[in-house]
Amino acid sequence: MAEHGVAQIWRKIKSIYNIQGNHCKTCDTYYFPPRPVCPECRRKGVLEDYRFKGLGKIHTFAVVRQAPDTFKRQVPYVVAQIELDEGARLTGQIVNCDPEEVEIGMRVRACFRKITEFGDKGIIVYGYKFEPVLKVTGHPYP
Amino acid sequence: MVGIVGYGVYIPRYRIKTEEIARVWGEDGVRLAKGLGVFEKSVPGPDEDVATISVEAARNAVKHGNIDPLDIGAVYVGSESHPYAVKPTGTIVAEAIECSTDITCADYEFACKAGTAAMQTCMGLVKSDMIKVGLAIGSDTAQGRPGDALEYSAAAGGVAFLIGKENPVATIEATASFTTDTPDFWRREGEDYPSHGARFTGEPAYFRHVGEGAKLLLRNTKTSVDDYDYFVFHMPNGKFPLAMGMQLGVPGEKLEDSLVVRQIGNTYSGSAMMGLARILDIADPGSRIFMVSYGSGAGSDAFSIVVEEEVLKRRGEVPTVDDYIARKTNIEYSIYAKFRRKIKAM
Repeated sequence: MAEHGVAQIWRKIKSIYNIQGNHCKTCDTYYFPPRPVCPECRRKGVLEDYRFKGLGKIHTFAVVRQAPDTFKRQVPYVVAQIELDEGARLTGQIVNCDPEEVEIGMRVRACFRKITEFGDKGIIVYGYKFEPVLKVTGHPYP
Repeated sequence: MVGIVGYGVYIPRYRIKTEEIARVWGEDGVRLAKGLGVFEKSVPGPDEDVATISVEAARNAVKHGNIDPLDIGAVYVGSESHPYAVKPTGTIVAEAIECSTDITCADYEFACKAGTAAMQTCMGLVKSDMIKVGLAIGSDTAQGRPGDALEYSAAAGGVAFLIGKENPVATIEATASFTTDTPDFWRREGEDYPSHGARFTGEPAYFRHVGEGAKLLLRNTKTSVDDYDYFVFHMPNGKFPLAMGMQLGVPGEKLEDSLVVRQIGNTYSGSAMMGLARILDIADPGSRIFMVSYGSGAGSDAFSIVVEEEVLKRRGEVPTVDDYIARKTNIEYSIYAKFRRKIKAM
């Protein structure tokens, strides 16, 4: 049986694996998801592909306690709006920390996780989530 | 000379203590932990699998090696818990680290030594100038049947090594393998959990293959135990590598630093590679490392590795093995059972 949704997911792989968006050279605005035209500059806009660095801070968040069936195993989990350092905002799950540790303004970085799967027989969708920045031994922190 | 031009690891955040598993099955946890030499093991989160662990390790490796992903010509992922039965994990990794489409890629399977088999393949491709850099990953989210001895050690983690020639952090002087048909551990198609030959996994399997692989490499390189500063043996538990060391006459202090199994359990395809990564995190340039992986079924891959000056420049770029070991949250058996889909009604 043909799998529903495979083509739609395949088209988004580049953007959801690596937070690939775009940047308008005219108004210097960064967009995610990538836009077909710059909503500010319209036909004067010049868009180029841009891979976000994946670093940002939590703009706001919610703790999910009533989840859809495919997310039940993760309850309670945090869904946040993340403001990336380049300025774009996007929605993503916060992982690798307890919900009570999450706060507005917290620094996060993108990580690679399983987003959902289409049952036991279907495809698995991977993509970005965010986690608190991890301490690195020997890193020259400012 | 061919060597490791960058490496990275990933260990999930969750841990379960041996005592906690033993409590559920009515065993003496303190005695078990001491006997096995495994005090807690890593557990993947509900949204983690071999693909996500491999990608995290590979991204760390690319950053550590300061490698242009477009220079990578081969991606091999060794695991016994690939998320798909048919559909390579390697393609997910290649896309996620933004490799070129002009690469060769495959998934490897040889119980716990699939990752080192991938390293050998990459060495061959680099040495013959077919590729510039190869990515070899050993990664697993191992499962033990509830109540089985394996449940105390089957853990999750991944290690990625970039194999190339330019500015290696460690050169690989030589490698040798020993392989026989020995059914000590297996999992049939469609089965959730592996089966094993209990005590048979010891002498005729692990000890014979690791021992013979080690002796073969020592013979080939005309070296002895005294010529090496560090030893890494595959770690199905904390007991076997120490016993192997004793058989080969390796002083305990040369083995001690590699024994990550005590804190994170057996990361299967990532086990010996994780021990090697920990040594590379701390060893001084010029140190010589002797590593032997083991895969049930059965075989071993032995490597002689020399740490280069370059390693000092790369430290501090990505989290070390110890950074990941320190980042942990302990969970109870009930949460572990939920995360690992041991509750079948869900």
